[in-house]
Amino acid sequence: MNVTATLIGQMIVFTILIWFIRQYLWEPVLNAMEARRKRIADGLAAAEQGKHEEELARQKALDELKKAKNEAGDIVARAQKRAAEIVEEAKNAARDEAARVKVAADAELEQESVRAREALRSQVAGLAVAGASQILGREIDAKAHAKALEELAAQI
Amino acid sequence: MSDANAPAISNPVEYIQHHLTNWSLGGKPESIADFGVFHLDVFLVSALLAGLFAYVAYRVGKNIDPDNPGPVQNAIEMVVEFVNQQVRDIFPGADKMVGPIAITIFVWVILMNAMDLLPVDLIPSLVGGIVGMFGGDPHHTYFKVVPTTNLDTTFGLAFSVFLLIIYYNIKSKGVSGYLMSFFLHPFEAKGTVGKVILAPFNLFMTVIEEIAKPVSLGLRLFGNMFAGELLFLLIALLAFSVWAMPVQVVLGSAWAIFHILVITLQAFVFMLLTIVYLSLASQSHGHDEHH
Repeated sequence: MNVTATLIGQMIVFTILIWFIRQYLWEPVLNAMEARRKRIADGLAAAEQGKHEEELARQKALDELKKAKNEAGDIVARAQKRAAEIVEEAKNAARDEAARVKVAADAELEQESVRAREALRSQVAGLAVAGASQILGREIDAKAHAKALEELAAQI
Repeated sequence: MSDANAPAISNPVEYIQHHLTNWSLGGKPESIADFGVFHLDVFLVSALLAGLFAYVAYRVGKNIDPDNPGPVQNAIEMVVEFVNQQVRDIFPGADKMVGPIAITIFVWVILMNAMDLLPVDLIPSLVGGIVGMFGGDPHHTYFKVVPTTNLDTTFGLAFSVFLLIIYYNIKSKGVSGYLMSFFLHPFEAKGTVGKVILAPFNLFMTVIEEIAKPVSLGLRLFGNMFAGELLFLLIALLAFSVWAMPVQVVLGSAWAIFHILVITLQAFVFMLLTIVYLSLASQSHGHDEHH
């Protein structure tokens, strides 16, 4: 139960040990733990941020999809309208064309019939003269009976 | 080994005294404080354990990997975090030295206390055997293994803490503020007359209080470890016959298991009180200049 010079030795060892532990253990370990704490916190924050961004992106994608759908609907509607218009236009054009063709055909028909009548008319005189001459057994002077012939032809 | 032990066991008093004697330079201490004596065994074991701790600390600190801690790093980190938590709880404004001081006390004291768990005859017999091989007298070779069963170690630590208390007091209050605190506490007075009247009592109380700190620190650890060691020695005495061996084994195991608690608890208490004392020393009282 005595205190001896060992006490001083122990104090020196203690002092050196404190210094050594601070230098080589305490500071590095605390720094490493602090670095780890920071990294974990950063990682969690980044994860949170990523989640947030993912949510935003999902929202944006949904919006885009909705927009695209709307646009597609618009386009389809427009296309349908346009198609209807085109059909309508085509119908109208066809109708016009048909009308036009009909008119032309009618006109031609009319012309043909007029021409045929004219031809007939011109031949009727000849035929009438020929028929009459046959009946009468003699030559008929077409000139002399021109007035009658013309009246005949006009009756046809 | 049996040569060394047989006569000792046959004489219990001599056996115990043999185990309580240090391997010393300068003979036996004559007075309560004999600085002509140096206990080699105490110093060697404690320095060896300090070296072991320093080596492990150096290895861990050098190869530290924040992302992939190995088992040793994990264990050390656990201790560091535990001590750091204590320091932060007790001493919020602690400077960078308090943590290292606390962990050094904690681990070093645990290591030195843990020497108590080695069989009481193991190291003394080994040393005796080695001395015998070199022609020395094993019977007069002494080796006390547990450094903390020696007042030099416990008071070495306690006195270092005492110096640290003074340092932290002066750091926070200044020299004059520290000296004044001896006269102004624990009894406080408003007027100058009251202060003067209370000053002698305050001085008396504060001096006792300050001296009680290192003395209680040193004696608590010493007392616990010395008693523990003595009990191990008494249990070892049961080896007087084969028939007592089971009792020795049971008692020895039981005491060793219980002693694990004492070992860590005493180290923890020493560390905790050190932090508390340093924290108290750093508090500046109301009117003193705050550092």
